Amino acid sequence: MNKIFLIIRREYLSRVRKKSFLIMTIIGPVLMAAMIILPAYISDWTEATERKVAVMDETGWFFEKFKDQDNVKFYHVYGDFKEEKDSALLNGELFLFIPKTELNIPVNSELYSTMQPGLNVTSYIKSVMKHEVENKKLLASGIDPEIIKSSKVNINLSTIRVEDGGIEKKSNTEVEVGLAAFAGILIYFFIFMFGVQVLKGVMEEKSNRIVEVIISSVKPFQLMLGKIIGVAFVGLTQFLLWILLTLIFVGAFQSGIFTGENDLQIIGQNNELLNNAKDSGISPMVMINEIIGGIDIKVMMFSFIFYFLGGYLLYASLFAAIGGAIDHDTDSQQFMLPVSMPLVFAIALSGVIINQPDSNLAIWMSMIPFTSPITMMMRIPFGVPLWQIWTSVGLLITGFILTTYMASKIYKTGILMYGQKVSYSIIWKWLTNKY
Amino acid sequence: MDNKYTLQALNVSKNYANHKALDNVSIEVPAQSIFGLLGPNGAGKTTLIRIINLISIMDQGKVMLNGNPINTKDIANIGYLPEERGLYKKMKVGEQAVYLAQLKGMSRRDAIKQLKYWFEKFEISSWWNKKVEELSKGMAQKVQFIVTVLHKPDLLIFDEPFSGFDPINVNILKEEILNLRDDGATIIFSTHNMASVEELCDNIALINNSKTVLSGEINEVKEKFKDNLFEIAYKSKSDISLSPGNYTLKETKRERNIHYANVKINNGKVPNDLIKEIINQAEIVSFREILPSINDIFIQQVSSNQS
Repeated sequence: MNKIFLIIRREYLSRVRKKSFLIMTIIGPVLMAAMIILPAYISDWTEATERKVAVMDETGWFFEKFKDQDNVKFYHVYGDFKEEKDSALLNGELFLFIPKTELNIPVNSELYSTMQPGLNVTSYIKSVMKHEVENKKLLASGIDPEIIKSSKVNINLSTIRVEDGGIEKKSNTEVEVGLAAFAGILIYFFIFMFGVQVLKGVMEEKSNRIVEVIISSVKPFQLMLGKIIGVAFVGLTQFLLWILLTLIFVGAFQSGIFTGENDLQIIGQNNELLNNAKDSGISPMVMINEIIGGIDIKVMMFSFIFYFLGGYLLYASLFAAIGGAIDHDTDSQQFMLPVSMPLVFAIALSGVIINQPDSNLAIWMSMIPFTSPITMMMRIPFGVPLWQIWTSVGLLITGFILTTYMASKIYKTGILMYGQKVSYSIIWKWLTNKY
Repeated sequence: MDNKYTLQALNVSKNYANHKALDNVSIEVPAQSIFGLLGPNGAGKTTLIRIINLISIMDQGKVMLNGNPINTKDIANIGYLPEERGLYKKMKVGEQAVYLAQLKGMSRRDAIKQLKYWFEKFEISSWWNKKVEELSKGMAQKVQFIVTVLHKPDLLIFDEPFSGFDPINVNILKEEILNLRDDGATIIFSTHNMASVEELCDNIALINNSKTVLSGEINEVKEKFKDNLFEIAYKSKSDISLSPGNYTLKETKRERNIHYANVKINNGKVPNDLIKEIINQAEIVSFREILPSINDIFIQQVSSNQS
């Protein structure tokens, strides 16, 4: 037992002390934080240049209706269409033309510009025109627009999922989809990244001929398990550091850059939900908390850690067996491919799973240990009946005990075999014969 | 019970899927001696060594350490230097040596203390914080040797210990192996370097084609394979004549004024008869028996086995 601990310690420390670990630890959260911050930041940045819009309004309905915005200024022109258009475009401005129509209701308009006008400009123009035309029409039919305005209400539709036992949860599909996809990909990424580290570690020991020195002191099984567990701790350390650092980075950015009300609005523009929240007078922060609260971050964290460990143990032992069996890097491909197939399969079907998290396919895939870590993580944000989770957990544990047992048989024979071209039939012999 | 033998491997057999690696092989290694395990490549030496180290499982037979069947607890009492040996390239020398010693069951403190002693003895203290990848092959071999003997095991097993060493370091290593025996360790070593076998070994066993071909105390083995061959050095004007049938003249040479003749004695004659026959013909300078070298015995045994 003490020896396994020594092996775990060496495997852990030798990896955590590597420069590449440090780099990954920093780059990961920077990327994740960037994914959260950048969209807001970029849209803020692109809006920063001021644009001018020359408005030629033949109808006269919109005189002084276009109000200057932060980065967009409006002014009216009354000259010749072609001359005014050319001079506006020459100055790098936009040119808005609202022609008189036969029905005298201006529903068509044209916006000319030398570059993409930007969504904010077009949607503002549209909303102003819509508002004005609607008002005019209401007035024409004898209705005071003020009455309409005062009778407007904002409806918040919260979708509430009723789970077994009558527990109600607020749910929001968009957030769940994002979370499901993110969790599934993260699990995939982690299993591969650290599974391959085990493979590389075993191959290093074999090709450096250190393995026989060590298994004269410890059992091959102890060496294999020690390595797998050591690398698992590396993975957990990395994961927890990532979470921590991402929170710190995001927090630092939020307090450092997006301080004012205005900035919150910019962030809000990227999320319809938050806009709604603003409209209905609920602060966006409260809204975020409510959404996250509905998903139960604790369950997500714990199931992530469990499915990462379970999936990792399952695959890492298979990778260890491959590393023990082969002699050269180049041979690894033929064995890696079939072993990693189920993982790739689970990722490839992620769209289907997320669309229908309660379909039979999704349920089966979240039970089979080879795909369950990814598929179940994708289903969990949408809510999964408890019995399914426990069955899946039980199957995964049974699965990795079985693969570890089989892998250790291949491993302990393979690590002492040099210069032999390994095939599936040879591996089968190792599995069935006593060596 | 008091045991004459540190290690006994009795009637050990081991089959692999396609071939027999060991067929009823027995070796007995007397306490505090150096035992040479010889054999051509692929004879089964490494398999036997792995069985003794409990790395491989034998199909039949038994292995006794100090008179008791060997078990996993005894592993701490064995030091094994495999033929295929390496170190973690990225680890520092000292750190790695401590790790390997701890795996053998030494405490960290003890390991560091012993390592410092050996590193000073081999004058390699400056390597402690170097990475293994900075060492040459011979340097790494030294570290491996130290790690093997560090925990002062009763039984040491060296598989090709001299490979990768320059002659100076081979001598240092030989000396250390003898010191270890004198300090009470029992040593098994397997090698193709026959000169070192003659120099170091008290007992040998020769394995060929998965079987023990011969074994025993090194001089007894030589006695057994001796050819009744004697070298006579003498001074004389003319060649000596020997009665044919009783003696066969194998080889003659002359260095300055001394003649050398290698003579095989036949028909139950004894050396004294030979001397009697020559004594009147020439002035005898020296007379000695020529024992076969282990190298000769090895080649003779292995090639006769194969034909």
